[in-house]
Amino acid sequence: MSEERLDGLSVRDVRVSFDGFTAVDGVSLEVPAGDIRFLIGPNGAGKTTLVDAITGLVRATGSVRFGEHELLGRPVHRISRLGIGRTFQTSTVFEELSVLQNLDIAAGARRSWATLARRRRDIPDEVAAALETIGLTGRAGHLAGTLAHGQKQWLEIGMLLVQDVRLLLLDEPVAGMSHEERDATGALLETVSRDRTVVVIEHDMDFLRRFARTVTVLHAGRVLSEGTVAQVQADPRVQEVYLGHPVDAGSAPTVREA
Amino acid sequence: MTAVTPAPPSTAVHPAPAGAEPPGRPAGRSRLRTAAGFAFGAALLFAVAPLVLSDFRLALLAKYLCVAMVAVGIGIAWGRGGMLTLGQGVFFGLGGYAMAMHLKLADAGPGGMPDFMQLYGQLDELPLWWRPFASPWFALPATVLLPMAVAFGLGSLVFRRRVRGAYFAILSQALAAAMVILLIGQQGTTGGTNGLTDIKGFFGYDLDDPVNQRMVYFIIAGMLLALLALARQLIQSRYGELLVAVRDGEERVRFLGYDPASVKLVAYVVAAGMAGLAGALFVPAVGIISPALIGIVPSIEFVIGVAVGGRATLLGPVLGAVAVAWARTALSERFPGTWTYLQGLLFVVVVAFLPGGLASLWALARRREGGATARGRGWLPTGRRRAERAEVPAA
Repeated sequence: MSEERLDGLSVRDVRVSFDGFTAVDGVSLEVPAGDIRFLIGPNGAGKTTLVDAITGLVRATGSVRFGEHELLGRPVHRISRLGIGRTFQTSTVFEELSVLQNLDIAAGARRSWATLARRRRDIPDEVAAALETIGLTGRAGHLAGTLAHGQKQWLEIGMLLVQDVRLLLLDEPVAGMSHEERDATGALLETVSRDRTVVVIEHDMDFLRRFARTVTVLHAGRVLSEGTVAQVQADPRVQEVYLGHPVDAGSAPTVREA
Repeated sequence: MTAVTPAPPSTAVHPAPAGAEPPGRPAGRSRLRTAAGFAFGAALLFAVAPLVLSDFRLALLAKYLCVAMVAVGIGIAWGRGGMLTLGQGVFFGLGGYAMAMHLKLADAGPGGMPDFMQLYGQLDELPLWWRPFASPWFALPATVLLPMAVAFGLGSLVFRRRVRGAYFAILSQALAAAMVILLIGQQGTTGGTNGLTDIKGFFGYDLDDPVNQRMVYFIIAGMLLALLALARQLIQSRYGELLVAVRDGEERVRFLGYDPASVKLVAYVVAAGMAGLAGALFVPAVGIISPALIGIVPSIEFVIGVAVGGRATLLGPVLGAVAVAWARTALSERFPGTWTYLQGLLFVVVVAFLPGGLASLWALARRREGGATARGRGWLPTGRRRAERAEVPAA
């Protein structure tokens, strides 16, 4: 894939408020290049809002740097052009376009108007490679709306790959997936993280234990705990937030949010 | 670890659609079909229609085809781009007035002034802003470029501010109302409510002569085919795919690194240019342009034809526009006064039960025949769910 350097994400004292309600209250975190970082936390912890702030969807104060670029204050499509891509909790593929068209559009943000005015004659290399990676080569001509739920999520990830994204922000990628689909998604994340930095918002603890390299726990808009899966699971504050009271060290928080 | 092999897709749920176009589909067959389609359309417009229709009916058809040209543009802006423009009358009017101003000046002769100006305006000389229209080199390009420029200015403001949906529709409609008020208010220089009437000549040809009327018809038919070819290229290009993506997920497209405002702007400007050209050709075909032809009501009528025919298809808008315009003439000849109600009813029925328009019936029939579901190019105008809902009246 791309020979571009890996960059890390650096979030410093980011705050987001909506009409007086502070959703993200001074979050700082460092995601080193090539990491698979999981963001967890109860509902309302500010996970999605933090990703919204990083991608320019909501206004925030503080500083978010990816590589040497400051992201806060840039419009969404400019942030995207720096190589930062995200998915949403609900799948947002273009259902009335084919899988191939979805990927082709995702690959084309730097195309000139002259290219846009012509028809697509063949499959661009990066699109073919992404089709292979996400396992949808055989469905390239199908409307995205006809895909199964898990396949739509893979298509989303594929769209990030062809964008040449160097930082992937995935919002609950395995929600609603079957066991096999979760495994495939996890393997996909590992493939993808070989030359990219990945941040995943996830509730599924089983999925987290298997695929997270590092974990940040958010609670009420602040960072509660950070570290490896084992470190975070052993943190009594995390257990308290998840279970309402501290539990014996060693037993994992198993409560999943709805 | 190499490429992931996700769980095999459950083929029972999603049978491979027989009609789906494989990605590397040879373009040859489709190109042949298109060529045949255009040849058929040309034969219909250039040979059959002039043979079977009286001069009177042919002149009516010329008028309908102008409406159809507007419809092609609306099909792109609304059907493919999701911008419900209820104000195409503005651009139709700009094109029409630009052409009519030139023809009035040509009728009046060098140094002359249009008749109505002496009547209402008590002007001694031509207003400054009329003067450039004396030259065909200015007036003819202006019929298309003026509407496009206005659409560009307006669209830049509106789309960057992310005005869309019903707000955009209302805004565009208000613009049509404003234009009419402006024209009526400036009676001395615009002809007011009457508009610019009694146009006699068209670049030296007498418009009362049936032969010349026929020529105007042929020009209009040729232009319509040209616009269809342009629309087809737009729809099938990468830009056309991107436009549908913006229609269905503007925010998502933004996250892919595009600026949806410029994508929409192009479609809006192209649609405005098409409406301007239609207005310009409407003038020699009908001999008049007036506020009543470009205001809110005609603007909505343009949209109704497109909705009935099938807004997201190439031919749907054209056929719908011609059919609705024809029905309007035929029915108001027989039952004057009821047409408005019928038209409203038609619109409601189509929007409620057949959002893809009549074209979706055809797509549905094809699908049933072949058991095919998806067509790779996204021609199906609405989502699967909605298309299936449309089966109710179809059955």
